[in-house]
Amino acid sequence: MPSLKELSKKEELISRGHRLCPGCGAGIIVRQVLLATDVPVVAGCATGCLEVATTIYPYTAWKIPWIHSAFENVAATISGVETAYRALKKKGKIDKDIRFIAFGGDGGTYDIGIQSLSGAIERGHRMLYICYDNEAYMNTGIQRSSASPMGCHTTTTPPGKAIPQGKSENRKDLTQIIAAHHIPYVAQACPAFHMDLIRKVQKALSVDGPSFINILSPCPRGWRYPANKTIEIAKLAVLTGFWPLYEVENGKYRITYKPRKRRPLREFLEAQGRFKHLLREENKQFLERLEREVEEREREIFAKAGEQI
Amino acid sequence: MKEKGWKDIPIGGLILEAGNAERYLTGSWRTFRPVVNEEKCTDCLLCWIYCPDGSVIVEDGKRKGFHYDHCKGCGICADVCPFGAIEMVEESKYREGAGKVSSEKGGR
Repeated sequence: MPSLKELSKKEELISRGHRLCPGCGAGIIVRQVLLATDVPVVAGCATGCLEVATTIYPYTAWKIPWIHSAFENVAATISGVETAYRALKKKGKIDKDIRFIAFGGDGGTYDIGIQSLSGAIERGHRMLYICYDNEAYMNTGIQRSSASPMGCHTTTTPPGKAIPQGKSENRKDLTQIIAAHHIPYVAQACPAFHMDLIRKVQKALSVDGPSFINILSPCPRGWRYPANKTIEIAKLAVLTGFWPLYEVENGKYRITYKPRKRRPLREFLEAQGRFKHLLREENKQFLERLEREVEEREREIFAKAGEQI
Repeated sequence: MKEKGWKDIPIGGLILEAGNAERYLTGSWRTFRPVVNEEKCTDCLLCWIYCPDGSVIVEDGKRKGFHYDHCKGCGICADVCPFGAIEMVEESKYREGAGKVSSEKGGR
């Protein structure tokens, strides 16, 4: 595992001058992911913040071959690129060892791109799919997605008199859905735990088959917090059990970071404006419902790894 | 820059110059500028790994400064610094006392 000093000597594969918001989690994630690569990589993006902000014509922030086709099909696109690569390699037209990475937000992964992702990993392409999960459609103006947690404010689930909790439904557990495909490597990571994230990317790229990493990506605009708190909030998500860090390697679950003492979920919620209404006395039942849901999901993962919270 | 006609644009609207976004200077977005207290910095590089814009300059494992042409002033570096070595200074105030706040200069 390289140290930060060694990593800092590597060339950055995403340039400065991209137009992601100040303090954007996705920018941190892409840098960390690309720093973890040792062989040439080809990347693709689903439509989303990352895609629009890094490739505003006539500029591109990518220093590697990069492709975008549509919102729903980055997994299909990259699987096609990987197949073309294998064909050319067989014919002796390429001799380089190349890896393929697809990036999608939660909109392009949890919702719109789930069928193409499921298809691509079922077909067994050697590709890594990274989902940077900012828990709503941030690019178009913070609309709810199936990754938005219950009780959060989005512009399409505003808390009000009739629906005081904001979003009523629990979020989808995509990491578990992908794990149910029984592919070689599935993990959940967080940019505040950079060494853990980098190690997971290296592991994912080393397996001969599909791999998937779901990475929590705090969003200052959508989560309603000052731009400098991105890493602090990402860390709180892990310490409160909201975003457990684990990996599933060939079906074997392992918790990669276990908080010494589980912090109350409230600390994570208090740091963000999107949960402000949940902390009011009259909405206590919804706060408790979210706490129960988070704890249940965490307990489930820990049980699969043979551990206790 | 003269606008290009359709015949001058690569097929498929490809961008052939990798990483040319560097020519787009996002530093103009900044209202607060990171300023380092060199005595407190230990080159732990946490500011570098957490910068969304790759704007912390590191040479040979040592933190050397910021790319002020691109730093958007989000302040993550100051927030994650375990030694409190980075201060976010309002741009207008920095300009008033240019050179007095820190030894670091440059940028827009």
